[in-house]
Amino acid sequence: MNIVTDPKTLHEFEKHSIKVEKISRRGILKGLGVAGGLVLAAPLMSRQAFAAYQTGASKMPHGVVVDPRVFVAIAPDGVVTIIAHRAEMGTGVRTSLPLIVAEEMEADWSRVKVKQAHGDEKTFGNQDTDGSRSTRHYLIPMRQIGAAARTMLEETAAKRWSVPASEVKAQNHEVVHAASGRRVGFGELANDAAKLPVPDINGLKLKDPKDFRYLGKGQVSIVDLHDITTGKAHYGIDTRLPGMKYAVIARPPVTGGKLKSFDPADAMKVAGVEKVIEVKGWPWPSKFQPLGGVAVIARNTGAAIKGRAALKVVWDDGANASYDSVAYRKQLEEAARKPGLVVRKEGDAEAALKSADKVVTGEYYIPHLAHVSMEPPVAVANVTGDKVEVWAPVQSPGGTREDLAKTLGIPEDNVTVNVTLLGGGFGRKSKCDFVLEAALLSKAIGAPVKVQWTREDDLHHDFLHTVSVEHIEAGLDKSGKVVAWRHRSAAPSIASTFAPNVKHQAPFELGMGLIDMPFEIANLQCENPEAEAHTRIGWFRSVSNIPKAFAVQSMVGELAAATKRDQKEMLLELIGSPRIVKLDSVKDPWNYGEPYDSYPIDTARLRRVVEVVADQGKWGRSVPKGHGLGIAAHRSFVSYVATIVEASVDDKGKLTVHQVDTAIDCGTYVNPERIQSQIEGAAIMGLSLAKYGEVTFKNGKVEQNNFDTFPVIRMDESPLVTHVHIVPPGPDTPPSGVGEPGVPPFAPALINAIFAATGKRIRSLPIGKQLET
Amino acid sequence: MIKVKINGQEQSWDGDPDLPLLWFLRDEAGLTGTKFGCGEALCGACTVIVDKQAVRACITSISDVAGRDVTTIEGLHPTGDHPVQKAWRQVNVPQCGYCQAGQIMQAVALLTDNPKPTHDQIREAMAGNICRCGCYQRIETAVHLASTGV
Ligand code: FES
Ligand code: FES
Repeated sequence: MNIVTDPKTLHEFEKHSIKVEKISRRGILKGLGVAGGLVLAAPLMSRQAFAAYQTGASKMPHGVVVDPRVFVAIAPDGVVTIIAHRAEMGTGVRTSLPLIVAEEMEADWSRVKVKQAHGDEKTFGNQDTDGSRSTRHYLIPMRQIGAAARTMLEETAAKRWSVPASEVKAQNHEVVHAASGRRVGFGELANDAAKLPVPDINGLKLKDPKDFRYLGKGQVSIVDLHDITTGKAHYGIDTRLPGMKYAVIARPPVTGGKLKSFDPADAMKVAGVEKVIEVKGWPWPSKFQPLGGVAVIARNTGAAIKGRAALKVVWDDGANASYDSVAYRKQLEEAARKPGLVVRKEGDAEAALKSADKVVTGEYYIPHLAHVSMEPPVAVANVTGDKVEVWAPVQSPGGTREDLAKTLGIPEDNVTVNVTLLGGGFGRKSKCDFVLEAALLSKAIGAPVKVQWTREDDLHHDFLHTVSVEHIEAGLDKSGKVVAWRHRSAAPSIASTFAPNVKHQAPFELGMGLIDMPFEIANLQCENPEAEAHTRIGWFRSVSNIPKAFAVQSMVGELAAATKRDQKEMLLELIGSPRIVKLDSVKDPWNYGEPYDSYPIDTARLRRVVEVVADQGKWGRSVPKGHGLGIAAHRSFVSYVATIVEASVDDKGKLTVHQVDTAIDCGTYVNPERIQSQIEGAAIMGLSLAKYGEVTFKNGKVEQNNFDTFPVIRMDESPLVTHVHIVPPGPDTPPSGVGEPGVPPFAPALINAIFAATGKRIRSLPIGKQLET
Repeated sequence: MIKVKINGQEQSWDGDPDLPLLWFLRDEAGLTGTKFGCGEALCGACTVIVDKQAVRACITSISDVAGRDVTTIEGLHPTGDHPVQKAWRQVNVPQCGYCQAGQIMQAVALLTDNPKPTHDQIREAMAGNICRCGCYQRIETAVHLASTGV
C-alpha cells in the first residue's frame, strides 16, 4: 500500500474526514461514569484477551482491561463516547484505538466522541504510551470491547422484537432485523443494553476484516485536527486555573549537583515576580525525581523568566563536575577496543577473525541526543490538603500518578492526573520530573502552579539519549563471504538513571540491535564493555536501535565497498536465508517485551522490506552526477523497515537529500495514513540526528542552549520527497510498532548514500562539517 | 498604559512594558493558541501577525505593538475556515500539532505577501518554523494547496 501526499490524492481524505465538532454534546458522560448509558450491574472485569496470537500486554504494569463498561458509553441521543486511555503525542493513537472499538461495534464514526482517560491504571489497564506498543497490545482488546458492546446491543434489540439474536445485526449505529425490515438506533437501546451482563469475551464473534469500514483504510483524520488548526487544542502548556501562579526553576547545572546558597533580592525586584523559593532535590540517581533548585514564582511566565535571570545562585557541582564529552569519547573508544562482557556467541569469532582472508573494521560514534519536543516540559498542579490534581502532557499517566503519591506521601486515590495533548514526547515525557516539581511548588505556596521549562532548561536537564562507540570487525574468506563478526557496544545505560554503579547495558538495550542482529554468519560474537553514566540517560525515540543500526548497517555498506558489490545484494547476503533467528546463546534475550512465538525475528520479512523498497524506490536507478543511493534495513519494535536515501554533496560540502523511500512491515495495521505520517517524520528526525544531533558536556555542564546550538532540520533542508511503502500484512500477522522503527535505518542509509556520492565514509555522527573539506 | 488591538479587540496592559507579547497573549489575555518553543526567535511556534507581517511574539515586547493590530490563530477566521486552515486539514498536516498554529500564521503571512509562491519560496519562507515531528512535506503541500485555492 502506498499513499502519496500530493494535493490531488489527499483531496479524497477531505470527503471522508470526520467532523467531530458537529456532534451533539447532549447526554454526555458524567466524569468517566455513564449518564443514561451502558451501565451494567454485575461487576465483571475481564482481563484475559483471547487472540490468535499472544502479546506482552498482560505483563505490563496493571495489564489489560477488556470491559465495554469502562471504555464505551452510549447516550440516549445515540452519541457514543469511547475512552482513549493512551497519551496523544502525535502518533494518532487517540484516534486509532477508539476507531478500533467503533469499527467492531458498528458505530458511525461521525457520531463518536473521544474522551481522554485520566491516569488510572486500575481502571483502564496499562497506560504507558511508549515502546511503540499501543496498537500491538490493544488491537485485539479494543476489538473485543467493541464486539462485546455490539453483542449487547444486538441482544437487546432481539429481545425487544422477540426474535432470535442470530437474526439481528448491528449496522452503522443501528440494529437491523432484515427479515422484518425493523431497525432501532443505538441510543434507544442503550438503557436496556446496559442491564445485560457483559458477554464472555472469549466467546465473542469478531467482525470479518473484509467488512471493515475504517480499519486499514486510512480515511479518518485525527480527532483533534480541527482544534489543532484553530488553536483550540489543549496541550500541557495551555492549562489555566483561577489563581494560578507561573514558575520557572533554576536547577543544578551538573547532574548530581546541589544548591549551596541563593540571593533572591534582585529577582524579587522584577515586576510581576511574587516569590522565590527553594525546590527540594533528590540525590542522583533518583529515577524521575526533581533535580531541585530555586523557583521563581510570578504572575506570568515572562516575569518568572526575567526574575530567574536576575537570581544569584551558588551551586555545589558534585561528582560529575568533570564530565567532558571529548575525554569520555576516548574512554568509550578504549573500552570498545578491548574485550567486554560476552552477550551473544555463536561459533568462534576470535579464531575466525584470525584466520580470515581480510578483516574490515568500523568504529562508529553517536553522541548524546536531546529530545527537544516542540512543547518543552510543562505541568500544572493544584495541591489542596492531602489531595493533588495535575494537568500534564505525560506519556505515563499511571506512573506519574504513582510517583506523585510517593513524592507527596499521600495515597494514590488522592491523586488525579489529567492528561493533556502532548506537544511531542519522543520518550522525554515518559519521565514525570516536571510534574513532580509543579506539585511540590503548589504544596509549598498553597496555590495552583504551572512550572514551565524553557528550551534552555530542556537541553540542560534532559534525560538524554546515551552516547556510544560501536566497534565492529567483520572477517571475510577468500570468496568475499563474511565468516566472522564481532560487535562491541560501549554506552552508558538507561539503568543508571534508576540505580548507582550500573556499568553494563540492560537486556532491553542489548536487545535493540546488538544481540538480535539478524545476519546469518557462522562465527558471531557480541560484547558489552563497561561504561558509566555521568548524566541522566533516558529513552529517546527508538532508543539503542539508533547507534546499533547505524553501526551494523554502515558496516554493510563498508563490506559492499570492500568486496565491490552492490549494497543491497550485500545486505541480502548477510541477512541470509529466510528463517526464524535462534538466539540460543543469549542469556536474557529481550524481544520488546513480546513472546518470541508471536513476534520472532523473521528474516523472510526483513528480506521482503528490502525487496519492496528496492522495487518501489527503484534501487539501482541512475542518478545525476554527484548523487548517490544508500540503503539500510532494520527490525525494531518487532517491525521491519528498509530505507533508501538519494543524497548529493556539492563542492562546498552542502548535503541535499533528494528522495527517501521507506518500506515498513508493521503487520496488521489500523490507520495507514498515520503510519505514513510517522515514517515521513522519522526521516526528518533521522536526518536531524545524522546531520546535527549532538549534546556535549564540558565541566559537567551541557554546552548547548537552544535551537541555535542544537539545530534540528528545518523545511529548507528537509528531504525533497519521502515515499512510504506499507507492506501488506499476511493473514493474522500481529500488529507491531510504528512510532519508532522508522528512525534507525535512516542515518545509515544516508551515510551509505553519501559514500556512494562522494567516496567519503562518515563513521562519527553528527555529520556536521565533515563534508566541507 | 499600553493599548493594543488583538483579534479586533482592544486590550490594555499597565505592567512591565518589556513583557514579551507571547506571555501577554498566553498568560494575561488567555489566548493560548500561540505557542512557546524557544523564546529566542529560533522556532516560529509563537508566530502571530502584526499589521500583515509575521512576527515572533517571544521577542516582541508588548510595548512594540502598542497601538497596532495583532492577529493570533484564534482570530484568523471566525469558524476556522481560512483557506490555509482548510488546506491544513485537507492534507492532514499535523502530528502532535504543537507547532502548527505558528506554521499556519507564517503561511498566511507568506501568501499575503506572495500569493503564488514557488516550491523553493515556500521552503525558504517556512524555514524559520521548526516542526520536530517532521510534517514539512505536508506543510509544503498544504501551503501550495492554499495558494491554488481550496
Ligand atoms: S518561541 Fe518564539 S520563535 Fe520560538
Ligand atoms: S506537529 Fe509536532 S512539532 Fe510540528
